[in-house]
Amino acid sequence: MVTTLFGVSIIAFVILRVIPGNPIVMMLPPQATQQDILELKAQYGLDKPILVQYGIWLMNVAQGDFGVSIHMKQDVMELIMERLPATLELVLAATAIALILGIFIGTLSIMKKGTFVDKLGSLLAILGLSIPDFLWGLLFIIFLGVFWHVLPISGRIASTYTLKTITGFFLVDSLLKVDFKGFYSAFLHLILPAFSLALPLTAIVIRVIKSSLLEVVKEDYILLARVKGLSERVVIFLHALRNALIPTTTIVGVQFGFMMGGTVLVEIIYSWPGLGKMAVTAIITRDLPLIQGVVLVLAFIFVIVNLIVDLLYTFMNPKIRYG
Amino acid sequence: MAGRKKERFVQIKRFLTNGKVLFGSIVLLLLVFTSITAPFIAPHDPNEQDITATKRPPFWMGGGDSNHILGTDSLGRDVFSRLLYGSRVAMFVAVVGTFFAGLIGVPLALLAGFYRGAVDNLISRFVDIWISFPPILLSIVLMAVLGTGLTKVALAIILVDWTRFCRVIRGEVFNITEKDFILAAKAIALSNLRIIVKEVFPNIVPLLIVLVTLEMGIAIIVEAILSFVGLSVEASIPAWGQMIALGRLYIHQAWWIMVFPMMCIIISVFGLNLLGDGLREVLDPRLKVIEMK
Repeated sequence: MVTTLFGVSIIAFVILRVIPGNPIVMMLPPQATQQDILELKAQYGLDKPILVQYGIWLMNVAQGDFGVSIHMKQDVMELIMERLPATLELVLAATAIALILGIFIGTLSIMKKGTFVDKLGSLLAILGLSIPDFLWGLLFIIFLGVFWHVLPISGRIASTYTLKTITGFFLVDSLLKVDFKGFYSAFLHLILPAFSLALPLTAIVIRVIKSSLLEVVKEDYILLARVKGLSERVVIFLHALRNALIPTTTIVGVQFGFMMGGTVLVEIIYSWPGLGKMAVTAIITRDLPLIQGVVLVLAFIFVIVNLIVDLLYTFMNPKIRYG
Repeated sequence: MAGRKKERFVQIKRFLTNGKVLFGSIVLLLLVFTSITAPFIAPHDPNEQDITATKRPPFWMGGGDSNHILGTDSLGRDVFSRLLYGSRVAMFVAVVGTFFAGLIGVPLALLAGFYRGAVDNLISRFVDIWISFPPILLSIVLMAVLGTGLTKVALAIILVDWTRFCRVIRGEVFNITEKDFILAAKAIALSNLRIIVKEVFPNIVPLLIVLVTLEMGIAIIVEAILSFVGLSVEASIPAWGQMIALGRLYIHQAWWIMVFPMMCIIISVFGLNLLGDGLREVLDPRLKVIEMK
């Protein structure tokens, strides 16, 4: 795990140092002299060899210091911590939607094989995979934001609210303050971006649930449950689904990690003030410390989530637990 | 001989009677066709601006005319012609990006899966590191490094997506090398290279074909994302993502600028995914058995 993070930090560092376009020059007014450039470079430590720069950066990161953003002149960790909750809230909501929708549709299409529900499930599964999140986002904006103006399409909460953040999760914050109107507004703002992110994942969940349910229902214990005379609903939902959920957990977990770094476009489209949007701005302004910080934090989350998924897998699968 | 011919006939028939394969192939052929013939069939120059006819709606709406069947954008450029030219960018990244991503990923997967042990460790660890880097951010960073341009977009896609081939194929190679015929090949002392090329590789081809169709769809999406952010081909080359980004600014007045390129992406990727799905049904022997029952 540590090696992976090391690897990511090295790749990030090296790729970023070869980026043409000097962040220092971009900061200074055009009439700045060569002397000014050199001085500022020295101030950010960009005049040293890459290896030395990497060493210094790594030492600082080990002490929790990610440096100062060149463009925004703010502590990198602070900037990330400000925006992380927004992205996390979005991704968590999307994952919840995908799990609920996916498991429901997937299971129903196995129970009612060949019927309308089954066909709808198949169609959704392939549409979800064919239309990437940002196109879902734009489709929603056109139909639900422009043609029928039913849902808000920009930001996290109505601009009339100035929520002083406690946790950074607007849904939690507004509840903590017993501000139900604020909660409602934050909830409405979350719907479209969350659904845009969720639909591709829903497609994956439907597929996995269907294929693992098909495997599970061949098992003897399902036959036993049926022989006992249990209703089909009980057999599928209480007996089969439990085991079919194991591969789903693994895949959803991995996808969760990918989604954390994949919210960029949805955040841009919905003006969602999260990590992805900031990362793109950082790349365009060549804000090296900020990009490094964001990439490392995202990679860290990715690795941690995968670790949790492995642990969950062991927990859910007795074969491995006692093996 | 006759038996083999009949077998082949049955196989072709199976391909054609699979609706997904049929629809997917039609979409793919259409894409190939428009990307090759765009300069001949496009009614207008894609960059020709007509300031007197900006944001004209499609022909079936009031104010539209048959000169611009899908309307014009904010600079008076013909949307239909730009879509046709846009398919060239999409096809280029799909074909070139997928081919080279596979060219890097598949050999590495064969090595890792066949030799296992230290070789596998090294390759898999490298892939693990590579995929921990958020793919969309990686491609955006790469484009910032490489600068804009068609070949550079393809390069960014290759550098981001080779891991998919490597990961998926490696697993399959693991399964195949467990089989008895590989043991037999080793027993008669065939060289490792020969076993990999002649025994293992042909067995991953069905999976590879499916992966290729899926990857082509992904490449088209990645290009659209990059050109949406303004980090893809030069502004003078029409690309679907670029058209979407422009159309987004005029979404309240002229929805068609954005909707048609979106439709193009969705139909292309949908078709390629259907093709992959259908091919999997046709090519996977395990599924064939189920079909016969």
